[in-house]
Amino acid sequence: MKRRELSAVELLEDCLGVIEREEPRIHAFVRLSEELARAQAEEADRRFSGDGQVGPLTGIPVAIKDVLCVENVETTAGSQILRGFRPPYESTAVARLRAQGAVFLGMTNCDEFAMGSSTENSGYFPTRNPHDPSRVPGGSSGGSAAAVAAGEAVFGLGTDTGGSIRQPAALCGVVGMKPTYGRVSRYGLIAFASSLDQIGPFTRMVGDAALVLQAIAGWDRRDATSVDRPVDMLSSLERGVEGLRLGLPREYFEAEGMEPGVRAAVERAVLTLERAGAELVDVRLPHTDYGLAAYYIIAPAEASSNLARFDGVRYGARAESAGNLLETYLQTRRGGFGPEVRRRIMLGTYALSAGYYDAYYLKAQKVRTLIAQDFERAFESCDAIVSATSPVVAFPIGAKVADPLAMYVCDVLTLGGNLAALPGVSIPCGTSEGLPVGLQVLAPQWADGMALRVARAYEAASNGS
Amino acid sequence: MIGMEVHAQLSTRSKMFCGCTTDYIGAPPNSTVCEVCLGMPGVLPVANARAVEQVVRTALALECEISRHTKFDRKNYFYPDLPKGYQISQYDMPMARSGRLSLGDREIRITRVHLEEDTGRLLHAGDALETASESLVDLNRSGMPLMEIVSEPDLRSAEEARDYAVELRGILRAVGASEADMEKGQLRAEANVSVRPRGSQELGVKTELKNINSFRALYRAVAYEIERQVRELEGGGRVVQETRGWSESEQRTFSQRSKEFAQDYRYFPEPDLPPLELRPDWVAQLRASLPELPGELRGRLAEQYALSKFDVEQLSQESATARLFEQTVAAGAPPKQAANWIIGNAPTLDAQRLAELIGLVVAGTINREQGVRVLEEAQASGRAPGEVVREQGLAQVSDEAQLGLVVEQVIAENPRAAADFRSGKQQALGALLARVKEATGGSANMRLAAQLLRHRLIQ
Amino acid sequence: MTLTRDEVRHVAMLARLGLEPGEEDFYAEQLSAILAHIDRLREVDTDAIEPTAQVVQVGSRLREDLPEPSLPQERALTNAPETKDGFFVVKAIQESEP
Ligand SMILES: [Zn+2]
Repeated sequence: MKRRELSAVELLEDCLGVIEREEPRIHAFVRLSEELARAQAEEADRRFSGDGQVGPLTGIPVAIKDVLCVENVETTAGSQILRGFRPPYESTAVARLRAQGAVFLGMTNCDEFAMGSSTENSGYFPTRNPHDPSRVPGGSSGGSAAAVAAGEAVFGLGTDTGGSIRQPAALCGVVGMKPTYGRVSRYGLIAFASSLDQIGPFTRMVGDAALVLQAIAGWDRRDATSVDRPVDMLSSLERGVEGLRLGLPREYFEAEGMEPGVRAAVERAVLTLERAGAELVDVRLPHTDYGLAAYYIIAPAEASSNLARFDGVRYGARAESAGNLLETYLQTRRGGFGPEVRRRIMLGTYALSAGYYDAYYLKAQKVRTLIAQDFERAFESCDAIVSATSPVVAFPIGAKVADPLAMYVCDVLTLGGNLAALPGVSIPCGTSEGLPVGLQVLAPQWADGMALRVARAYEAASNGS
Repeated sequence: MIGMEVHAQLSTRSKMFCGCTTDYIGAPPNSTVCEVCLGMPGVLPVANARAVEQVVRTALALECEISRHTKFDRKNYFYPDLPKGYQISQYDMPMARSGRLSLGDREIRITRVHLEEDTGRLLHAGDALETASESLVDLNRSGMPLMEIVSEPDLRSAEEARDYAVELRGILRAVGASEADMEKGQLRAEANVSVRPRGSQELGVKTELKNINSFRALYRAVAYEIERQVRELEGGGRVVQETRGWSESEQRTFSQRSKEFAQDYRYFPEPDLPPLELRPDWVAQLRASLPELPGELRGRLAEQYALSKFDVEQLSQESATARLFEQTVAAGAPPKQAANWIIGNAPTLDAQRLAELIGLVVAGTINREQGVRVLEEAQASGRAPGEVVREQGLAQVSDEAQLGLVVEQVIAENPRAAADFRSGKQQALGALLARVKEATGGSANMRLAAQLLRHRLIQ
Repeated sequence: MTLTRDEVRHVAMLARLGLEPGEEDFYAEQLSAILAHIDRLREVDTDAIEPTAQVVQVGSRLREDLPEPSLPQERALTNAPETKDGFFVVKAIQESEP
């Protein structure tokens, strides 16, 4: 990305060429914004010819997950209920890319409202894994992961609520990062679960992920949960792992459903890091077994409230056959939301309803405290935690659709990072059954640079570059 | 037993969670809205610091305990005037609790004070003839900062309920938290009413009264509801827990919705807003900066100026009135005179000029009736009272020689009345005085005229 | 914990999600299966534990009371399915509504 051998327009045409060739096979985009992209590329080239500010992302084509509002560009969260919605505002992360002069290729497919781990829950069509189109790309940010993996885009933006950046990055063989909660403004991110959602990059190289994060991170007056802390993703990137202690949580290596091939690839990666100078330590995360249960209360509960605004009054689709307001609500939401979204709204509504709040929501929030404490304790004896990102490689389309719990288990190694607000990177670490495996690096809150540094050290050690 | 829930719109410049103006009255529909108060996808609230401050100031004025740690919660329900499908409010950690409001020697306990956002407004299209098949939604009011003040069921009558609301309005205005105009919807009162047999300790079933748009409506609605419940119970019936609306046109309450289908609001902590810490040092600063409250003002007016209860009540209803009174006294007017002039004539003169006018009357330069005319003229023309008196030659005739001539002429022209007086009929003096007044065009110093008349008649 | 059909109907109504014929049973079964997993939370002793609504401590972030421009009316209305004279339009609200 740093080398400027091509003009922005040439780079865009390259990407559009790949898109034309690959899209019929992988369906990463729900809609392209070619016209906007061309105008932005030309503008970028004008900047290069001395007419304006140039940054590391100027002229770089990006694929944007369909949950990040782009002003006046149709943004639908992968849902039929938002078909035709053109926001009169822009998400802060996208606005910061726009200010840098990035080139917007279009909106990428995702599980509807980011609820899913395979992109099969899209309200439009499933996206396919570039490594094997009969398999899923992971999710929910499967479109952005696949677009970057296929070379359609130089980088992508995704969102991660329980692993929705890291897991598809692992399954598609690219780098994906979820920053510390509060690092990147959520303004304009169509919310799934407000206390867990975070925006992050997909790239092919760790260094590029650091550049993108550097560009989009930082306090935003429009997001009261964004944090005013210095953003430095770059200065420690190349320092290696010499002298760092890396924690290996036994619970993560022995997770339910862990494929032997995935475990083997991750263990090889751990050895590579050890050879590069890291000290390996055992750490414990004793409440791991309860993470999934806590997550599947908290996230649906918040979602059930966040998705109440889709009522067919101010925007989006609405059922026209209804004779009164109640029928309008019922039919609009029945017809506009897909089955997984409806299931989670039901689950979340139930968990918050009278008589069940204490047993479910409050209990889950307390278990969340315990999980965050597990990580705090673990980080007393290590600088970062490494594990697999996903216990499984990309699975065939349709394999887990009928069993929601089997799908939810895909997130067991990633959702702890969301519950505890930690930064986490997934980086490709070989293959299992010919499909990519991801290595997850988790670091303490605000140590986003540390997560990137360890990932970069692995990248350098494994490529010899 | 009556408990009150009062909602007050806070006087801020921008809305509770976005930068939209709060100046929405009279604006075209949906013209003071943005993506945040429209509840569009992906937007986030950021709380208004001034609104938080105004709630704390009000709570301090109500002698509440201020919570050091407080947070916002979501109250979830569907309605077209609620764009997000939830209202950001406060559930189990309100900003303040346990306060009180004094009504004379009665003390009404305040349960809690919390901060939330207002909803938009629904208009029902079509008139009564064609059954409204649709409603219109205007979200200009959506996201206005709203404070809720809840009292314990300590009020005992419709009068007390009204007095409570009036006193609360005075406090809100004194601390500058709200303009609290009921007709403009800036102050909304709901009353929870229940009755129980005299001497009984058991709480009766309560009904919740809504749609109350004035203090008078509050009084009448509560009075009606107490009577209705008593009638119901005495007739062997029972009171149903429900929400009842006040109908201004029919002057009665009517059933709106039964609480048996109680809403399940699914409150949970608002994840988009960090919990708030109200630091004790900051709260102490606000406490120190509180202005004089209506109760304190009343006590001081009575004591410092020796005014009657009536005068104090009248002067303390608006802080501007009390201010004018005190400034007028400071400018030299005697307190009782100043009070009379202000209560009786609602002058728009500034204190300096009002004191000047009162001075002219007290000194006898003009009489009371002339004073009223001078006041009107001074208000209309913007000239000083003294100037008006000079220009219009209004000064009363107090010159003994000049008035003496008039008096002699009147006696000469009314021999009968003069004879009557001399024979002991005191009333005859009134008739003669009226003639003097007529002859001078109303400008005679009547006290002097009476003295001169007696003097001449007795001679 | 298993959900009854009545509970499914109640929750669907709270969430304003219409149910198709037969969906009560479908949801009762699926949600019960998920809740069966979630019920393992009961094993955890949380008596002395504070709930976490937000993991990151960011302090009290408030905004200054400064007005900013609103959206022009036509921009506010542009995505709406139905408008009239500057208002959003909804179907009649029936009294029987819960
Ligand atoms: Zn607004």
